[in-house]
Amino acid sequence: MVKTDTIAAIATPLADAGIGIVRISGEEAFDLIGRIFRKKDGSQLTSIRDVVSREVYYGFIYDGDRPLDEVLMIVMKAPHSYTAEDTVEIDCHGGSLMMKRILETVVRNGARLAEPGEFTKRAFLNGRIDLSQAEAVIDVISAQNDHALQSSVSQLQGSVSRTIKGLRERILYQVAYIESALDDPEHIPLDEDYRDQLESFLETVKVEIRALIASFDHGRVMTEGVKTVILGKPNVGKSSLMNLLLGEERAIVTDIAGTTRDTLEEKLSLGGITLKVVDTAGIRSTEDVVEKIGVDRAKRAAGEADLIIYVVDGSSPLDEDDRAIMELIRDKQSIVLLNKSDLAMVVSKEELEERTGQRVIMISAKEELGMDCLEEEIKALFYQGEIHFNDQVILTNLRHKTALEESLRSLERVEQSIAEGMPEDLYPIDMMDAYGQLGSIIGEAVGEDLVDEIFRKFCMGK
Amino acid sequence: MPYLEETYDVAVVGAGHAGCEAALACARLGLETIVFTISVDSIAMMPCNPNVGGSSKGHLVRELDALGGEMGKNIDKTFIQSKMLNGSKGPAVHSLRAQADKQHYTREMRRTLENTDHLTIRQAEVSEILVEDGVLTGVKTYSGAVYHVRAAVLCTGTYLKARCIYGEVSDNTGPNGLKAASHLTDSLKANGIQMFRFKTGTPARVDRRSIDFSKMEEQLGDEVVVPFSFSTDPASVQKEQVSCWLTYTNERTHQIIRENLERSPLFSGEIEGTGPRYCPSIEDKVVRFADKDRHQIFVEPEGLDTNEMYLAGMSSSLPEDVQYAMYRTVPGLEHVKIVRTAYAIEYDCINSLQLKPSLEFKKIRGLFSGGQFNGSSGYEEAAVQGFMAGVNAAMEIMGREPVILDRSQAYIGVLIDDLVTKENHEPYRMMTSRAEYRLLLRQDNADLRLRKIGYEIGLVTEEAYHHVLWKEEAIEKEVERLKATTVGAVEKVQGFLAQHNSTLLKSGATIAELIKRPELGYAMLAPLDTERPDLPEDVQIQVNINIKYEGYIKRQLQQVAQFKKLEDKKIPVDIDYTLVKSLRKEAVQKLDRLRPVSIGQASRISGVSPADISVLLVYLEQRRGSHQKSGC
Repeated sequence: MVKTDTIAAIATPLADAGIGIVRISGEEAFDLIGRIFRKKDGSQLTSIRDVVSREVYYGFIYDGDRPLDEVLMIVMKAPHSYTAEDTVEIDCHGGSLMMKRILETVVRNGARLAEPGEFTKRAFLNGRIDLSQAEAVIDVISAQNDHALQSSVSQLQGSVSRTIKGLRERILYQVAYIESALDDPEHIPLDEDYRDQLESFLETVKVEIRALIASFDHGRVMTEGVKTVILGKPNVGKSSLMNLLLGEERAIVTDIAGTTRDTLEEKLSLGGITLKVVDTAGIRSTEDVVEKIGVDRAKRAAGEADLIIYVVDGSSPLDEDDRAIMELIRDKQSIVLLNKSDLAMVVSKEELEERTGQRVIMISAKEELGMDCLEEEIKALFYQGEIHFNDQVILTNLRHKTALEESLRSLERVEQSIAEGMPEDLYPIDMMDAYGQLGSIIGEAVGEDLVDEIFRKFCMGK
Repeated sequence: MPYLEETYDVAVVGAGHAGCEAALACARLGLETIVFTISVDSIAMMPCNPNVGGSSKGHLVRELDALGGEMGKNIDKTFIQSKMLNGSKGPAVHSLRAQADKQHYTREMRRTLENTDHLTIRQAEVSEILVEDGVLTGVKTYSGAVYHVRAAVLCTGTYLKARCIYGEVSDNTGPNGLKAASHLTDSLKANGIQMFRFKTGTPARVDRRSIDFSKMEEQLGDEVVVPFSFSTDPASVQKEQVSCWLTYTNERTHQIIRENLERSPLFSGEIEGTGPRYCPSIEDKVVRFADKDRHQIFVEPEGLDTNEMYLAGMSSSLPEDVQYAMYRTVPGLEHVKIVRTAYAIEYDCINSLQLKPSLEFKKIRGLFSGGQFNGSSGYEEAAVQGFMAGVNAAMEIMGREPVILDRSQAYIGVLIDDLVTKENHEPYRMMTSRAEYRLLLRQDNADLRLRKIGYEIGLVTEEAYHHVLWKEEAIEKEVERLKATTVGAVEKVQGFLAQHNSTLLKSGATIAELIKRPELGYAMLAPLDTERPDLPEDVQIQVNINIKYEGYIKRQLQQVAQFKKLEDKKIPVDIDYTLVKSLRKEAVQKLDRLRPVSIGQASRISGVSPADISVLLVYLEQRRGSHQKSGC
């Protein structure tokens, strides 16, 4: 599908509220929503262009035949919208996963992801915003662009970058071969054999791209993650939990209270969600200078956390230090773990729930019990949008994934062209599209790459 | 006081492929035109390969012809072999290439120039441009004569401070031993023009009688010749053709080259100019593609009245004795006699970023340029630039808008846009891969794309113009008809499909749907298409292509629509980029140096990011708005 200049984005902060808005703007906005919106009874709107501007419609967003979410939809006809273009707003259930899925569906149906500040830019270019605001608009665009590019590239793991670079090099080589043969047909052959070779090449590349897409789905590629801080008094089993989550001995675990003197940071994937987990020194009032620094750091980390995991030793009574920690987590999103369920408990689940006002999960880090409950709880919080979390990460992730899917589709078009007996000079069009899409992930433009590659790799000319 | 003073509308400096087109365009538009050449005997000379056209270059010639240029007509009169390259590939890459009789080509072009009204030919070396307050006022020759003109077109080719080199020998001459133009560079530099030094080369010419053709493969021309020019009667070009011959270098050739590399001026550092990557000398090929055990050599006649043969693929600047040794390792060339030694040539040209898309210098009004002087390479690339520069010089004098073709209209547009927008450090050659909308820019539809523009310029006849209008309508009507004409799954149809190994129909289908099948086509389906009107072949070809590649063509048209949006957003000439807040420093420098005419052109400058373009768009809108407010 050719990308029109219709753009889409999540208009509300991700994962912030019960309701989120996905906004679509541009010439194709109405046709697009017509394809994915259905009324309660499952029927499509007869003609999307006949609906009343600025009236609310109730129904469902469908991904193909699958209903995704129950939504309210508002259509705004040009020029009566923020951008002064045909605009659709989908009010869906907040939560990062649902909004991301709806946005993905919108993109798959013909919109492209908006650039940072693009709605505002259009609003301005279409005369909707006062001139005095122009400078502010420019600032937003340039600042966000810088940020987006930086985070887009830095969020990729080195291995993913390398894989994409490798894929691009191989695609470019094939295009350069075809182009050389077209440019110098008496020199470089382009025959039936080559077509077979190209088909198997495309098959290999597609497998690799699919694997990348899958890894994006599991969120493993992102180096950012939900900043999760493990808090608790000394020797309640924080480091044991950390090691358990990591599946390796990373933190030193002893019976001596105060073993962990500094914060320790690790990244891990739990149920497809990337967590940046910080193990902290146990919090207690202490005179030990080194340990005191550790405690201060733990408190600071708690202040910056997206999510706090508060670990309580169920085998010893709650005290002043626990009260101090409960104070710390009062306004934060947190999960309380009642550890050492393998020992005789002196703190009950109910008591702890009452005092913290949070759900409490019983675990035994030593016996590795209750971890599945913890995973479920984190997933639930995340997908319901309860965890406040850096929006940019999810959006960049989506941008990357969309680019991968686009490149896959481009390569499929090449295969289709081969199957339909289309001439070779059409293959490079789609192959270069794929090359460009992959490049956008690692922040590289196309430029003169092809011409350079032709001259570098193929002996041409008279 | 100069002893001679004359006044013309336009002076064209140089009478090569660019200069001839520039001079003819201006004179044909009624402007008094004088064309200067170092030697009247070398008007439209082909100092290198003996052919016109080839991949993407053939497109350029067809486009030039559609606009009212001369090259296509001239090669149709003087070719001795013709081939449509890539005939088995898609229509976008079909490319016409003809072997020329070099002498005949030159003579015919000279005849045309000599018999064009308002055109004066003058043998003289132009040594100075005369500029007053940023406006060109005239040119001065080495002999001191002054020509007052309203515009000048510089088409100096490879003659500026030219130096020919082979081995340890170097000579300050232009191609073919002609006199170099050694003075104009200084005048250009004095007027603030930035110069580059480029290099190119040519293979040896050898005596036909010393070649053993039995060891080579014969290369014949096409049985049915397609003319270059839309005005040439196809019947007039069906004539007897001569053969070319194919042979190969081998390991011994390469060994001789490797052993003598230190005697090559290319590797010794004697040559300082930048050479083209696509047209490497044989020593370059052997070094850069060391894994190849042989390279192709095409042996091509230079004309009907000469025994000289051109050795395509073996250009060199090795010493004469090494040239002899290496050529004689090639099968069929064991006893070859060299008539002209291969050589490399260095010359001055300009940094083409100094030009506007109209090919006028940004800093000097009335001064235009085209061809190798602009840093390109090739006869065809030169001719189209010369033509556009000439046309735009004329437009300026006549007070009309410049004619600028964009990247979606013509290869000519791609070529010129690349030259005036992208950093170029080697002689620029056209390639089909440089054209992003190449499926639309086919050689077969150049008339449909450009005839109207040629007519508006004033270089295409009323008759040719009306023919294209008719053709356009005929194609459209026939495509519509084919989309509406259905055939049923009847015996006659199924029989036909079975006979052509095509899937049988389950229900009715339109003829257009059948044309889309790879194994079928418009012409083949005539038996099933009983109502078919009698249409000329060129119309039938267009109908077939439009239907067969409809999907891709539609996609490209959509991309073009997006592209045009940005091209249409013009940037005011007086913009001060330092005032654009938030534009990155690199972007400010690049934009300020290049001064693009549109947002589209700006977006193609390397070092200008999409974010910069957004910032620029908002700034322009802000500026426009505030101008409106203040009543400007």
